[in-house]
Amino acid sequence: MTKDIILAAIRRNLRRGPLPADQVAMLRGRMSQHPRQLIPARSRLPHPEQVALFVANVEKEFASVARVPDLDAVPEAVSGYLAAQNLPTDIVMAPHRELQAIPWSTRPLLRLREGRAEASDMVSLQHAFAGIAETGTLMLPSAPQRPTTLNLLADTEIVLLRSSRLVGAYEEAWDLLRSELGEMPRNVMLITGPSRSADIEQTLELGAHGPRRLHVVLVDDAPA
Amino acid sequence: MHVATSPAFKENAHRAIQDAGLQKALARSGPSFIARRRDAVAALPEFEELRDIARDIKNHTLANLDFYLEEWEANVIKAGGKVHWCATAEEARDAVLAICRAANARTVTKGKSMISEELGINDHLERHDITPVETDLGEYIIQLRHELPSHIIAPAFHLNKEDWEESFRKSHTDLPADRVFRERRDILTEARAKLRERFLAADVGITGANFLIAETGSSVIVTNEGNGDLTQTLPRVHIVLASIEKMVPTIEDCTSLLRVLARSATGQDFSVYTTFSTGARRPGDLDGPDECHVVLVDNGRSAMLGTDFQEMLRCIRCAACMNHCPVYGAVGGHAYGWVYPGPMGSVLTPSLIGVQQAGHLPNASTFCGKCESVCPVKIPLPKLMRHWREREFERHLTPAFVRTNLALWGFFARRPALYRLATRAAAWTLGRLGRRHGRFHRLPFASGWTGERDFPAPEGDTFFARYAREQRAGRMR
Ligand code: SF4
Repeated sequence: MTKDIILAAIRRNLRRGPLPADQVAMLRGRMSQHPRQLIPARSRLPHPEQVALFVANVEKEFASVARVPDLDAVPEAVSGYLAAQNLPTDIVMAPHRELQAIPWSTRPLLRLREGRAEASDMVSLQHAFAGIAETGTLMLPSAPQRPTTLNLLADTEIVLLRSSRLVGAYEEAWDLLRSELGEMPRNVMLITGPSRSADIEQTLELGAHGPRRLHVVLVDDAPA
Repeated sequence: MHVATSPAFKENAHRAIQDAGLQKALARSGPSFIARRRDAVAALPEFEELRDIARDIKNHTLANLDFYLEEWEANVIKAGGKVHWCATAEEARDAVLAICRAANARTVTKGKSMISEELGINDHLERHDITPVETDLGEYIIQLRHELPSHIIAPAFHLNKEDWEESFRKSHTDLPADRVFRERRDILTEARAKLRERFLAADVGITGANFLIAETGSSVIVTNEGNGDLTQTLPRVHIVLASIEKMVPTIEDCTSLLRVLARSATGQDFSVYTTFSTGARRPGDLDGPDECHVVLVDNGRSAMLGTDFQEMLRCIRCAACMNHCPVYGAVGGHAYGWVYPGPMGSVLTPSLIGVQQAGHLPNASTFCGKCESVCPVKIPLPKLMRHWREREFERHLTPAFVRTNLALWGFFARRPALYRLATRAAAWTLGRLGRRHGRFHRLPFASGWTGERDFPAPEGDTFFARYAREQRAGRMR
């Protein structure tokens, strides 16, 4: 079997046989403890400053942020953004209960459809699992209530993030994922800004294949 | 597999220096990569420490690679994926083809993958009536032009806007011939629309992998365009192509490497899309592929373990070494003649296609040490190039002229000021002698070289002098 040939070649060239049992136990231990390495100090801040760092990083990466006090204020924030950008009011929304619980009827002009995105969808509304202040990054693990296509097919992606879900470093977000989801979902996207390419003359242009616009609606639910 | 023109490095380089379009592209793009990396590194005080950590993680993984590969495979299977172990390029091509055939695939979309270039996947699929479509913008135009990428993260590094326009007009013949490309944006918009159709129609999506994670059985891709994500999310079958040295033990280890990758590559703090894929679609999911296959490729890697070149297996393909290389900056990527250009290519290519084919590449260096100083995993690239030169010497593959003069070269090389003076004098003399034809058919003391081919006449200037002048002019900064 090719597998055995490759493993044997690796061992032969490393001048050893299969690893001894104690070494295997040590490596297994390391994997199950998955120790953190050095975490840059930049995100080690009190939470309000982490929020400010997140916002600054998101804007630096050509995305935008609207901060709202609670979920009730979300419909107005969404419709205001779409109007300001001159965008249609048809939205494909992640079937997530936190999004479903928003009082959308206060903005009857918004037409919401729940599900995955199709090629014809212009605007998507996604639910963020976590936000990472270190680089202004959104963590979006796939799940029935969080389809991956919402991050890819629409021209404009709007993402709802609660500030209580905002952490400093990537490692903290992975800890949340491990403790709340247990296993690795099929797909975890870490998204930092809208799609772009610099392939033409090494000059940055936004909107390559993914969304041209990325807008974060940040709900301030974290205790001050 | 691509036919390597690496044996003709000198001729390639000579041609590259006279290629006005290429020189325009190199002058425009080289300096911006360097500046962006410098700014990103300056903004992260821990960067140097993170390079040590990145190096150590990779060393640890390579020392225990057999263990981590098996753990990883078990976790891929647990997540509903399948692993295809392939020792050679041929086995990998056949594995990809077999998966595509089983899926009745007519078109296959592809995310950017250097290993795919190395294995020659596209040609193999085309020969069997399956249409591969590159979706990374740079790879897309390279495919339209039937070229090789000239850079490992910016495949179309050597092209100018005019080239894009010309290729799009020639290929997208269903669009009005008189359409105007005013800005780069117009090119991008046309490509986006064209490729959107392809994404939606594809039966199989093939991506590479920047990392494989043993702890979870994940593969990780990093893009800015989002093409890799569309490639792996929309079709029914996803194939990951990855070589064995992409392995890292845990998510935390991967995170540390990601912190140095984007900064070293594009000078971004983080790429736009960093995506961890683990197996196939889960119950209840509304999207994602039904099948996930990982084609795991050795193709020469295991043979590098335990040798001088084991350190090269740490490479995370960030391209910083070529972005900072004065030789790459002067001749571009195609002169190197195969898939991997620049300093990393000069070390890796002889390992993968043989020193007979690529023995000249390790000479394509000024030994300025810049590559090693920016490498995020601290690969001693100049030392490894020197190892190749020694081996080439031992194998008597070096032309006699070079062999007998290597000792002399060594003397000068250790004394940079003398070296510069001597080479400048030699270049000036040769430049004058060869001015009439641009080539020498016979050179005194050099029959070992000119017996087989013409020795390109230097431009009457040395590389160092040119480099220094450009640096003063601010071009390289
Ligand atoms: S050798 Fe180092 S600098 Fe060059 S591509 Fe590999 S990791 Fe990057």
